Amino acid sequence: MREELIISGRMNPNIDPVLHIWHWQIPLYLFLGGLAAGVLFFAALYTILGRGKELKGAVQYAPFVAPVALVLGLFALFLDLKHQLYFWRLYTTIKLQSPMSWGAWTLLAITPLSFIWAALNIRIIFPNWDWRFRWLKDFEAFCRKHIIKISWVILVLSVILGIYTGILFSAFNARPLWNTSILGPLFLTSGLSTGAAVIILFSKSHKERLLFSRIDLVLIIVEIFFIVHMFMGFLASTQVQIDAASLFLGGPFTAQFWIFVVFLGLLLPAVLEALELAKFKIPAVIPATLVLFGGIMFRFIIANAGQVSRWLY
Amino acid sequence: MRYAMAVDTKKCVGCSDCVVACQAENNVPHGYAREWVVELVEGSYPNLEMELRSERCNHCDNAPCVRCCPTGASHIVEGGIVLVEHNKCIGCGACITSCPYDARYSHPEGYVDKCTFCEHLVKEGEDPACVAVCPTKCLYFGDLDDPRSEVSKVIKNRKYKTLIPEAGTDPQIFFLT
Repeated sequence: MREELIISGRMNPNIDPVLHIWHWQIPLYLFLGGLAAGVLFFAALYTILGRGKELKGAVQYAPFVAPVALVLGLFALFLDLKHQLYFWRLYTTIKLQSPMSWGAWTLLAITPLSFIWAALNIRIIFPNWDWRFRWLKDFEAFCRKHIIKISWVILVLSVILGIYTGILFSAFNARPLWNTSILGPLFLTSGLSTGAAVIILFSKSHKERLLFSRIDLVLIIVEIFFIVHMFMGFLASTQVQIDAASLFLGGPFTAQFWIFVVFLGLLLPAVLEALELAKFKIPAVIPATLVLFGGIMFRFIIANAGQVSRWLY
Repeated sequence: MRYAMAVDTKKCVGCSDCVVACQAENNVPHGYAREWVVELVEGSYPNLEMELRSERCNHCDNAPCVRCCPTGASHIVEGGIVLVEHNKCIGCGACITSCPYDARYSHPEGYVDKCTFCEHLVKEGEDPACVAVCPTKCLYFGDLDDPRSEVSKVIKNRKYKTLIPEAGTDPQIFFLT
């Protein structure tokens, strides 16, 4: 029997025997960032389309989640840094070749906008809310006047944010599982899907929930399509990518990926949403929660499996 | 100028002197390694072949770590040496993830650390610590752009390979086979 035995004298913490430099913080941030991107995307989209009064869940209630998710996500990102006191270095340069750099700049722009959006809707929670300072009142009036322009900016930034969560991974040639350009669109779709799920949870109107169930169903189908394509691409690629795919096709991540992500996170909510649209009585909270669960599992599994996948030499 | 290193896998005995010299010269913290020795055994018993390789950062010409660094802490200096500026590094781990050789590690003080080709010695005209200390003289260091340098000569006269050139990194450590 032909054998190959590699013994390395290196045992760096978090690098050997398999890379595990990114723990829970990165996948959690990717989930929260994608979710915020999804929520803001729909809020901006329906404001531009002039359906804000009709779709209150999407345009007014759900966007309160976005600043919270972004702040928690940013905090998780901060916790991930090992040289934390130097984090401001991110904002002393723009490195176009580094997804993390333009991701950081996108966050710097979209986080305040998500706060502004929530502030504009504050009277839903506190009907008698009044800004204490004159300039805040003026600012509110200014934002309301230019709400369509702000919506366009948010729409574009949310798409960048959603894609960025995937491109952060796909830019790494060293980890064959991540090194596929479909990861950007896949994470964007998943982010939009989790955003739609949040809107379903926050919506008080049956009609609106049905609309977002329909949207979510389409997004889930697109996601499944992307996942199939991802595996087709891997299996038709080089040995390292075939090995990467086999992590999910018989390897150590098989059960968790197919059960938690594909079955519980995609297929089951898709069936439930389809039944709901076919006028069966399904509590909307069930598919929405499953979508959120699938979204978070998807990011954790891709983050962990990607660090296991590698070039062998 | 293009600094490079050649490692003679036929002469290396795997003593790890280079590893110890590196740790002493560069104050590498206990339990971490900027360079390491790989022992590769191949074949079917009893016809086995062993290759010993002293490995470190490949100081790639197309360095993914430099490309993905969000702050510019990872950078390339004269001679193609890939370095990390500690005061610019935020410890995000992107470069560690981007390296197909896993040549970088997170220093206990927070920044990312790696082989520097002993840049502080090299700019004074000396050899890196690993090269200087090797008892079998299996490590060669020098300027690839200078045809008279030791490393240029040895690469010209011997067969060599680089590690995972298919990763597109254009590594600058040559393993003589």
